[in-house]
Amino acid sequence: MDLGLIVESISVLVHGVFLTLSLTLLSLVISFFLSVPLSLLRASLNRTLSASVLAYTYVFRGTPLLVQLFLVYYGLSQLSIVRQSLLWPVLREPFWCALITFSLNSTAYTTEVFKAGILAVPRGVVEAAKALGLSRFMLIRLIIFPLAFRTVLPSYANEVIGLVKASSLASTVTLLEITGLARRMVSETFAPYEVFLAAGLLYLLLNFTVSIVFRFLEMHLARSSIRVSKNGTAYPVTSWLSCPWKAMSKRTHTNPSTHSL
Amino acid sequence: MYKSVLLASFIVVIVSQISAQAAERKLLTIATEGASPPWDMVDPEGKLVGYDVDVGNELCRRIAVECKFVAQDWDGIIPALTVGKFDAIMSGMAITEKRKKSIAFSQPYAGGFNQLVMRKDLKLPATDTKAKINLTNIGGAEQSVLEQLQLALSGKTLGVLRSSNSEAVLNELFGKVATIRSYDTQDNLHLDLAAGRIDGGLADYFTWKTFLDGKDGESAAFYGPELSGGLWGPGVGVGIRKDDTDLLASFDKAINDCISDGTLKKLSLKWFGIDISPAAAP
Repeated sequence: MDLGLIVESISVLVHGVFLTLSLTLLSLVISFFLSVPLSLLRASLNRTLSASVLAYTYVFRGTPLLVQLFLVYYGLSQLSIVRQSLLWPVLREPFWCALITFSLNSTAYTTEVFKAGILAVPRGVVEAAKALGLSRFMLIRLIIFPLAFRTVLPSYANEVIGLVKASSLASTVTLLEITGLARRMVSETFAPYEVFLAAGLLYLLLNFTVSIVFRFLEMHLARSSIRVSKNGTAYPVTSWLSCPWKAMSKRTHTNPSTHSL
Repeated sequence: MYKSVLLASFIVVIVSQISAQAAERKLLTIATEGASPPWDMVDPEGKLVGYDVDVGNELCRRIAVECKFVAQDWDGIIPALTVGKFDAIMSGMAITEKRKKSIAFSQPYAGGFNQLVMRKDLKLPATDTKAKINLTNIGGAEQSVLEQLQLALSGKTLGVLRSSNSEAVLNELFGKVATIRSYDTQDNLHLDLAAGRIDGGLADYFTWKTFLDGKDGESAAFYGPELSGGLWGPGVGVGIRKDDTDLLASFDKAINDCISDGTLKKLSLKWFGIDISPAAAP
């Protein structure tokens, strides 16, 4: 094993970190905002709504991401309708194809994760909030979703870590992110061991950061829940979503007696 | 105690089996990419066929060993050979100085050359596609042809097979003026060229020809002179591990015999339509 080559590989592969991160973070943001409403539909009692979202998550969770990426990148470009459409400037670029695929795939997983959290919210809490006259939107925003999110945070962290690793598939559609650069470097050095070891180290470092962030988030949310049990008010579970002080003031003056439930 | 003796004897049996196999070498495994027609490809029944496979089988017949062809992705083919996943590479692989640092090559069993292919709808200035440029010795005339090419292709997006010599040449000649995308297989490059994601590419002439003669190849055509030499080296050879000197010697002899009695010429005409068999070694 050539230690010098590993160091050299890392210094080359670092140039791919930006692309890996932009693919991952953008897909994460998109999938988060898509999966919040979708997970509510998925958890709804309306069979048709739930089933149609299930159909989507079933397809995207049941097929390999690589196949999805090839379908979007190489598959769609076969259709002349797509090539003549307004979407072609977007679908022409490998970056957007990868981003669309990763977002759709991640949305499917995240939707199921959030749905599990929504179903885990105690029915009593929801009914209590309804009894207090919260509108449907406020119920979701202040009670259901914050509680659900905290419950599924560890599973969501897994999804994020999975997405960082899955972004390596972008190298199959000519993108030069960490893995793409690694494969190019292997072809120049014929030393797959050192180069892929360096790539692995970089992914490990990225995911280490991800797990630290989630650890911090979990601790932060757990701390606020401890404060709840001490004061006996229920405000802090909601505080992470909106500004904490706003949530506090709103909650305290609209329904100060939640704890009595 | 009894168990460990049993285990030990089991290991001894297995090890002796393996070494016996290595010593006799009844079966030689040859790797090929299987995606660069007419060099090597997979036929509708899933069998590997092509010039590489025909020449390989002929060489094995002469060396008197049994051969088996396996498909292997191009960008891991050399490391896989060096760690012993197979015994030889026959995949239209050009003999180059860089590859020689990792593996040994037989004498060439094919010549061959490379060419740019560009989309027709770009309406690029016309070039002489029958001209030949050997990148090993470039004079003033060749230099000006290359400069014109650089000018014509500036701002274009060019595709190339990852870890091929064409990739190295493309980066050297056009890396500064054009965007270069590397593909894991030549087939995927063809798909993107047909879809218009890339404007053109550089690859082996015969691989292009099969594509351009097909339905999807209508939108593109050869561009610029036939290129050879330089980073492409003296031709296409059999890749063999460096310590496998006996095998290398027998391949060299068999290739020379095939050139002398016209077998390679016959196979070249069969697959390429023209004779690209090299001259016999002195």
